[in-house]
Amino acid sequence: MARAPAFPDPEGYRRRRLMDLARLLPLLGLCLFLLPVLDADDGLGAGLLIYLFAAWFGLIATAALLARRLCAASAPAPDPAKPGAEAGGQEGAE
Amino acid sequence: MISFDLLVAICLVYVVFLFGVAFWAERRAARGRGGWLRSPMIYTLSLSVYCTAWTFYGAVGYAARSGLEFVTIYLGPTLVFIGWWWTLRKLVRIGRTQRITSIADLISSRYGKSNTLGVIVTLIAVVGTTPYIALQLQSVTLSFAVFAPGGVGPWLASDLNSASLTVAVGLALFTVLFGTRNLDANERHHGVVTAIAVEAVVKLVALLAVGIFVVWGIAGGAAAALARIDASALAGMPIQPGRWAGLTFLAAAAILTLPRMFQVLVVENEDERHLATASWAFPAYLFLMSLFVVPIAVIGLDEMPPGANPDLFVLTVPLAHGHDGLATLAFLGGFSSATSMVIVAAIALSTMVSNHIVMPLFLNLSRHGATMSGDVRKLVLRSRRLSIAGVLLLGYLYYRLTGGSEALAAIGLIAFAGVAQVLPALLGAILWRGATRKGAIAGLLAGFFVWAYTLFLPSFGEGAIMGATLLAEGPGGIGWLRPQALFGLDGMDPLVHAVVFSIFANVLAFVTVSLFDFPSPMERLQGAQFVNVFDHSSAGQGWSQGRAEAEDLLLMTQRILGAEDAQRLFQRAAAGQGRQGYLPEITPEFLQQLERVLAGSVGAATAHAMVGQIVGRSSVSVEDLMAVADETAQMMEYSSQLEAKSEELARTARQLREANEKLTELSVQKDAFLSQISHELRTPMTSIRAFSEILMEGADLSPQELGKYARIIHEESLRLTRLLDDLLDLSVLENGQVTLNLQPVDLHDLIERALAATARLQGGHALRITRDPAAERVQIVTDGDRLSQVFINLISNAQKYCDASAPELRISVRSTAEGVAVDFTDNGSGIPQKSQAIIFEKFARLSDPRSAGGAGLGLAICREIMLRLGGSIVYRDGRPGAAFRLTLPREMAAAA
Amino acid sequence: MGKHVLLIEDEPNIIEAIRFILSRDGWQVDTHSEGTTAFQRVSALAPDIVILDVMLPGRSGFDILRDIRADAALAALPVLMLTAKGQVKDREMAERMGVSRFMAKPFSNTEVLASVRDLAGG
Repeated sequence: MARAPAFPDPEGYRRRRLMDLARLLPLLGLCLFLLPVLDADDGLGAGLLIYLFAAWFGLIATAALLARRLCAASAPAPDPAKPGAEAGGQEGAE
Repeated sequence: MISFDLLVAICLVYVVFLFGVAFWAERRAARGRGGWLRSPMIYTLSLSVYCTAWTFYGAVGYAARSGLEFVTIYLGPTLVFIGWWWTLRKLVRIGRTQRITSIADLISSRYGKSNTLGVIVTLIAVVGTTPYIALQLQSVTLSFAVFAPGGVGPWLASDLNSASLTVAVGLALFTVLFGTRNLDANERHHGVVTAIAVEAVVKLVALLAVGIFVVWGIAGGAAAALARIDASALAGMPIQPGRWAGLTFLAAAAILTLPRMFQVLVVENEDERHLATASWAFPAYLFLMSLFVVPIAVIGLDEMPPGANPDLFVLTVPLAHGHDGLATLAFLGGFSSATSMVIVAAIALSTMVSNHIVMPLFLNLSRHGATMSGDVRKLVLRSRRLSIAGVLLLGYLYYRLTGGSEALAAIGLIAFAGVAQVLPALLGAILWRGATRKGAIAGLLAGFFVWAYTLFLPSFGEGAIMGATLLAEGPGGIGWLRPQALFGLDGMDPLVHAVVFSIFANVLAFVTVSLFDFPSPMERLQGAQFVNVFDHSSAGQGWSQGRAEAEDLLLMTQRILGAEDAQRLFQRAAAGQGRQGYLPEITPEFLQQLERVLAGSVGAATAHAMVGQIVGRSSVSVEDLMAVADETAQMMEYSSQLEAKSEELARTARQLREANEKLTELSVQKDAFLSQISHELRTPMTSIRAFSEILMEGADLSPQELGKYARIIHEESLRLTRLLDDLLDLSVLENGQVTLNLQPVDLHDLIERALAATARLQGGHALRITRDPAAERVQIVTDGDRLSQVFINLISNAQKYCDASAPELRISVRSTAEGVAVDFTDNGSGIPQKSQAIIFEKFARLSDPRSAGGAGLGLAICREIMLRLGGSIVYRDGRPGAAFRLTLPREMAAAA
Repeated sequence: MGKHVLLIEDEPNIIEAIRFILSRDGWQVDTHSEGTTAFQRVSALAPDIVILDVMLPGRSGFDILRDIRADAALAALPVLMLTAKGQVKDREMAERMGVSRFMAKPFSNTEVLASVRDLAGG
């Protein structure tokens, strides 16, 4: 008699964790963006500028990755080629 | 420097190009060939209407004034977009499933389709957007002025005004042309969106080009640029924590609540998957837009003469270095930023104004409106166009009134704060089922009021609307109500102060009122649909529309019919489609069938609306609302027609029943008459036969006997003749073959004559006659013989049938406006009510036990005669005795 | 067998005719021209035969016939019914009620005389 596997739906499990990440990402962004406030008196400088844009870029890249994975996970059937190709192309451009 | 005329020419060519793009995209979309026009990239680029001229020019100015703070305007939206899984996804899903046309529509729809809320949100949006449009007009005008012929010096105010007016009119034209070309049920504007995507590219390329030129062309590379930043006046400019957090929040709120953002984000959304792409691509766009802002500001401050407007560094820096082409590109970028914002804002606002203010007003004013569905389309379009013109006019007036403030960013932030007041109601709408209509109204009003009091009105400057004393000491000297220092908090930045207090008041009122309010069923239904949109529409699995709809329909049907019936209905439908065991295909036939079944439970209009809402074919755009209203009106009309019909039917049935009763009675009467006439004929004939047989026997009869018997035979034959005469008379009268002998007669004489005639016939009991001879002296023109025949009949009837112990007949004559009325009233027991209907029929001698003298033709003859004489005879019910009233015209028309 | 006939009829001329015909044959003819008291008159006179009209003022001949047949003393009394309403259903009704003979007006004198003789003579 076949036993049901302990994790019957690894795909679904992975997808739910992706959703968790998607939900957490803006909170991470908020922390990153509010960080400069803690050291507010330092004010504008090249370092702060670089930090800010680096953090920003990191968030965007993560979001892009996440969006692609989420889309792929949630819409496996209807023409996966098209959004995938587009996302790939954009990612390359970035 | 590039000539002004050339710049204007380039500008015009650019506009024509945009027209072309919009037109082409529209054509393509109309032919159903969206292609790459419907790609997520176009969607993302269209979102760039967020970046207005304020961003394009103003961000540099902002940076030059306040350092890094400008970036918060982009950080807020970035957080919202990378957090799309939280809110945006839901917002877009709701917008799509509910066919939301604007943010006012969303709020109104969620809170029980309350138009009050729609109006409030629309007004907030108009108030919040008008300064913004003014801002765009100002920036375009100022950028034109930069290129103005140097010799003449700065533009005069009148030049600026006429330029801004031209821009406003041009924008209105473009918006009307492409924003109201058609009234698509889903309110999408392919042409406009495509043109805006093009503009988005232009402004990004322009800003990047200027930035690259500044960093690599002037500063000499990235490292050098960074070094110059550290060395600049801006270096070390401290971040104000309050403003930093407050502005980030405000920008995050704005991306959700700005009408134009809602338009491109939700209303123009083609496909939910586009949002996934936009979640990172739009922050990337913002990232690129702000990448070079600080370098440009730093270089601008370094290179440009002191006093130069930092808002225009994007233009003036390239110009100062003689790069006319780059400056022109930058100009086009700024122009694009301004125009795209104005166009989308005008479309969004006009939709709101038209749907929530103009149309309801119109519908209220013209009650018949609902039936003229054919014209509604035209009407909606016209109201949209007028609204667009109105919105731009408002913007222009605002621009003229404020006289063009130097600090562009300030106006933008004030507008942000105003529009952000919608946020609590919006988030409540999609996240909290307990949010109610009254709560939303309370929150919006409280927030809006505090915003106006603490930020908007003071922004016009001391003395403009709020006096200096009011600002300094509070209303009536109440210190803790000072507009910019509520509760004595005077250490805060005015903007942050206003945002904190307005949003706090807003949320407090919203939550408190919602908690203590009890929502209407409509609110609860809508609330459930909005908050649980993912449960009702398709879950994460596959975003295919059809499946989701079938499930939604099943869910809804279950709620109405109960699970078993609903599932049976769906299974049957699926089996009918050959899809045993699956959900049925959403075919029009199936929908129709479903609607019919549901209509049995909830009424047709509601069923239609419910099905339509889920399938997304109805009930949200004004046009569809109109259709529903139309249908409702038609149904009401139809049902009232039905009611009238059934009333008519009932009346007809009653008439039929009456006629049938009458017929039955008549047939009984006819039978009775046949035996009656038989009796009446046979009785005299019996005597005649008997006596003629006696005579024929020639038996021994005395001459007296002979004479007597011969007389009897004679009398009886006369009686037969009279009977036949009566029958003949009636027949002639009924066939209208009677010839009337019209002449002036005196009623008194006629009555005398009739009485004399009846006195002869009078049998045993004496009838006392009461008269008023004076009143009888009336001359009329009629057929005297016929009339006296009627009199005789009535008098002899009284003689025969009046059953009083002392029979009495009162004859009274009255002159009326129409002619003469003659009443014959006796003191007998009258005619029973059930018989009154037939007494004027032929042979209707009532089967009462009293002696019957005639064949029952008398009253029938009377009626026919009176008819011929142009009058009438009626039995007057409710009198003690038998009462007949004759009415006669004073002078009978000879023709009759 | 006596020759006493009671004629219940409201038409004076018909009364005159029947009285003449029967008197000539030696019958004693009593007449009654009203419906309501007709039955009492029949009981009181106890004639050998009753000639009864159908259409009578006050009470129809059928009602009087029913009363006569309901009365034990009169149940066998011959009743000749005359009617001017020459309808079949009247005849049927009269026969159901036990009329001895039913004749339509106008009648032949000899027939009436024969019927009276026949019925009263038994």
